[in-house]
Amino acid sequence: MLENKRIQISPVELTKEDFVSDQMVKWCPGCGAHAILAAVENVFPRIGYRKENFTFISGIGCSSRFPYYVNTYGFHGIHGRANPIASGVKIANPDLSVWIATGDGDSMAIGGNHLIHIVRRNIDVNILLFNNQIYGLTKGQYSPTTPMGKVTKTSPQGTIEHPFVAAGLVMGAQGTFFARSTDNNVKLMTEVMYEAAKHDGTSVVEILQNCVIFADKTHKDITGREVREERQLILKHGEPMIFGKNNDKGIILKGTGLAVVTLGEDGITEKDILIHDQHSKDPAIHRMLGRMMPPEFPVALGVIRSAAFETYDDLLEDQIEFAKKDSKIQSVNDLLRSGDIWEI
Amino acid sequence: MAEKKNIVELEDVVVKFVGDSGDGMQLAGTLFSDSAAIAGNDLATFPDFPAEIRAPQNTVAGVSGFQVHLGQRKIFTSGDMCDVLVAMNPASLKANLKWAKPGATLIVDSATFDEKGIEKAGYQTNPLEDGRLDSYNLIKAPISLLTQESLKDLNLDKRTAERTKNIFALGLLYFLFNRDLEVTLHFLEKKFKAKPGILEANRVALKAGFNYAETIEAIKSTFRVGPAKLEKGLYRNITGNIATAWGLLAASENSGRPLFLGSYPITPATEILMELAKHKSLGAKVFQAEDEIAGICSAIGASFAGSLAITTTSGPGLSLKTEAIGLAVITELPLVIVNVQRAGPSTGMPTKSEQSDLMQALFGRNGECPAIVMAASSPANCFYYAYEAAKLSLEHMTPVILLTDGYIGFGSELFRIPDTKDLPSIKPPIATPNDPNFKPYRRDEKTLVRQWAHPGMEGLRHRIGGLEKTNIDGNVSTDPLNHQLMVNIRAEKVNRVADYIPLQELEGEESGDLLVVGWGGTEGQLLSAVHQMHEEGKKVSLAQFNYIMPLPKNTAEVFSRFKKIIVCELNSGQFVNYLRMTLPDFRYHQFNKVQGLPFTLHELTEAFNKLLEDK
Repeated sequence: MLENKRIQISPVELTKEDFVSDQMVKWCPGCGAHAILAAVENVFPRIGYRKENFTFISGIGCSSRFPYYVNTYGFHGIHGRANPIASGVKIANPDLSVWIATGDGDSMAIGGNHLIHIVRRNIDVNILLFNNQIYGLTKGQYSPTTPMGKVTKTSPQGTIEHPFVAAGLVMGAQGTFFARSTDNNVKLMTEVMYEAAKHDGTSVVEILQNCVIFADKTHKDITGREVREERQLILKHGEPMIFGKNNDKGIILKGTGLAVVTLGEDGITEKDILIHDQHSKDPAIHRMLGRMMPPEFPVALGVIRSAAFETYDDLLEDQIEFAKKDSKIQSVNDLLRSGDIWEI
Repeated sequence: MAEKKNIVELEDVVVKFVGDSGDGMQLAGTLFSDSAAIAGNDLATFPDFPAEIRAPQNTVAGVSGFQVHLGQRKIFTSGDMCDVLVAMNPASLKANLKWAKPGATLIVDSATFDEKGIEKAGYQTNPLEDGRLDSYNLIKAPISLLTQESLKDLNLDKRTAERTKNIFALGLLYFLFNRDLEVTLHFLEKKFKAKPGILEANRVALKAGFNYAETIEAIKSTFRVGPAKLEKGLYRNITGNIATAWGLLAASENSGRPLFLGSYPITPATEILMELAKHKSLGAKVFQAEDEIAGICSAIGASFAGSLAITTTSGPGLSLKTEAIGLAVITELPLVIVNVQRAGPSTGMPTKSEQSDLMQALFGRNGECPAIVMAASSPANCFYYAYEAAKLSLEHMTPVILLTDGYIGFGSELFRIPDTKDLPSIKPPIATPNDPNFKPYRRDEKTLVRQWAHPGMEGLRHRIGGLEKTNIDGNVSTDPLNHQLMVNIRAEKVNRVADYIPLQELEGEESGDLLVVGWGGTEGQLLSAVHQMHEEGKKVSLAQFNYIMPLPKNTAEVFSRFKKIIVCELNSGQFVNYLRMTLPDFRYHQFNKVQGLPFTLHELTEAFNKLLEDK
């Protein structure tokens, strides 16, 4: 159970059933979103806040139907705007645990401006970014994360756009928390969602999600059973960055960048391998980790960055508290009678 | 000692201060207005400044002005043409002479009329010397030189001395109007408390200006405007934008709903954002968003969370907010959208006023998307209409678009200060925790209003959003008959607001030959015109609308009592076409102007007289 200075803890122990909705879940069979829903239903009772304090906000897209499928307060907004809607919810009532379900198009194309600004402000919300590298609900157009050259319905000769790396975007916007998971690893998803809830500030959890209809196996180079141990580096705070089927690969700092090495080769031992410090305020290593891509590198999963900075909502509450103590104007009648007034 | 000068009693007078953008004309004008108000005059003011912060110095593009209309009678507008024009440089004279009445008093800083200044203003010859101003009462005073001269003992840098010339001019004017210097001296003491050097400079300049005026031959007579007969009470001078902000704060306090403003800076609405940002001690949460869309969306989120949620903007911003207004309509959440209108389309003329967003406010959204539309009609009544917009929005669970405009937003007038406990109560339909019968779209039978349950409230978890929902249960639905039902309910809910707003009132007789119809910020000009027509014995009345969607229930009945109807607006005919659509049984004449300027008395009375004469 999490302790939070504002959000009330549930007086009774909650279970998954407290968050299961009575609505029919209408995602395609095999869609990665089902697993994300399962992870949320698992983690919310564990987080342990009073159930009425959880609020889910979304924009538009397959991901954004999420609020209908989980039994919390929910608000299904308009395309790209989940982040400002959620900002308003959290600022208005900082006692809520605010969650956002969004996709790669919703948050990085039409809502790109809002994503960078919510992250920059460090408003204490949790963003679940479903990245399936495609527009699903409009049936298969390329998105801002579709790999260059991919043939989609709006790129019949292949896309000619450089894709966003969500981690690069979030950390470029001075993000304080970024984690990544694959949709076929419910345990890891649950773990990073818990860490996101624990973090004070904007937490972005990118989930590499499969769209079974329009971008099937888009993440197969990372999630495929045969390759995943070689292609995934699951980060753990305070532990060396070691991966591979035989736990024999590691990440070292070389020159101004990262490099993959094999333990036992060229005199490399475990003490040469970088130790993960997710709490480092300096984002330099986190940025490099976030941008690692196959085939040269494994993809970094788990909590890449979780650094403590003041949140917008805490600072605002402090200012209000100060103003209430400090100001002569305690009511609208005081305000109306302030400054130059005269009697006739 | 100079000989005693004549004193001329005036019923009302319009004074305009004009100069370069950096010349301090807004401050001089404000100080002059405040001293008039404290002397008991009724008044209205309007600042007139360029969109550029500092346009090239001493050019016509950089002229900034401030107009004040004061009187011992009720003042409705800041006036069309001025009786006294204070011009601090050739460019400001050039730009404003056309707004001076024939024979007006011109006070000019003659020291600025050198070759360079004259040329920059675009004059071929010196207008002070070439005879073109012979028909005016021209007072040539080398104000900038005299200011420097009067300050020479204070050892100020040239720049500070230069910047005090507005206060010298003010002193001159105080003599001209037989005003007491005390009020302004007191104000200057407060303003420059931390800067004793500047305070002393202003004090010396004010007195020097006053004394100079007393001695010069050119001022043969002075003016007196006696106190107006105002209702007893506590007063202040207030602009429409500040009044709007305060009305919203009052609504928050009286409804018990914390105020949340999500907004993005835009002229001429920014003052509301800046004003509300000052009032954290009243619990106001002000979020300066990254854009107009984030402004309104954050407000919708705050409304879902139980706040009195507001977004403020001007025309182009309203365009950007369009989709989100639809979201507030379908989720049936309270939301106040303030649009301080300006001249469009697109960026248009940001500092100039217009009424051309009415159609956008009424209809500019996708789908069948009704919202309450109302308009404030004077700087001071922005307070009451902002309050009323919040009240209707909270009690009827619907967005309200409140239209004001740059003219009343920037303009000021006297405001009789109310006590907030005398304002009507506000009772939002908040759900009861753990109510087993709560459903997101269960409605009050009479008003069709749903209940408001906020995240955090026990036993009321529910989901709403932009997809069509079933009535009562609130589940996502594409059922054709349910959609028809919800469309009808949303429209009917707004229509029934007509039962909760006042009937349309008239200025003038209850029936007659001509009904002048206006809405929003043109009230002052239309009232002045109708009063003048009364004085000429014409049977003309005014219906100035503050409630547009829905219209007051007696609108058709009021229209039926007049032989002719003329609808006057600062657009090409938006309200008149709305009336033609809504109440098609009447014949509407129209009078329109789209110049970024208010109506003038003369053009209105001319149009009304012509219409009365037509068979």
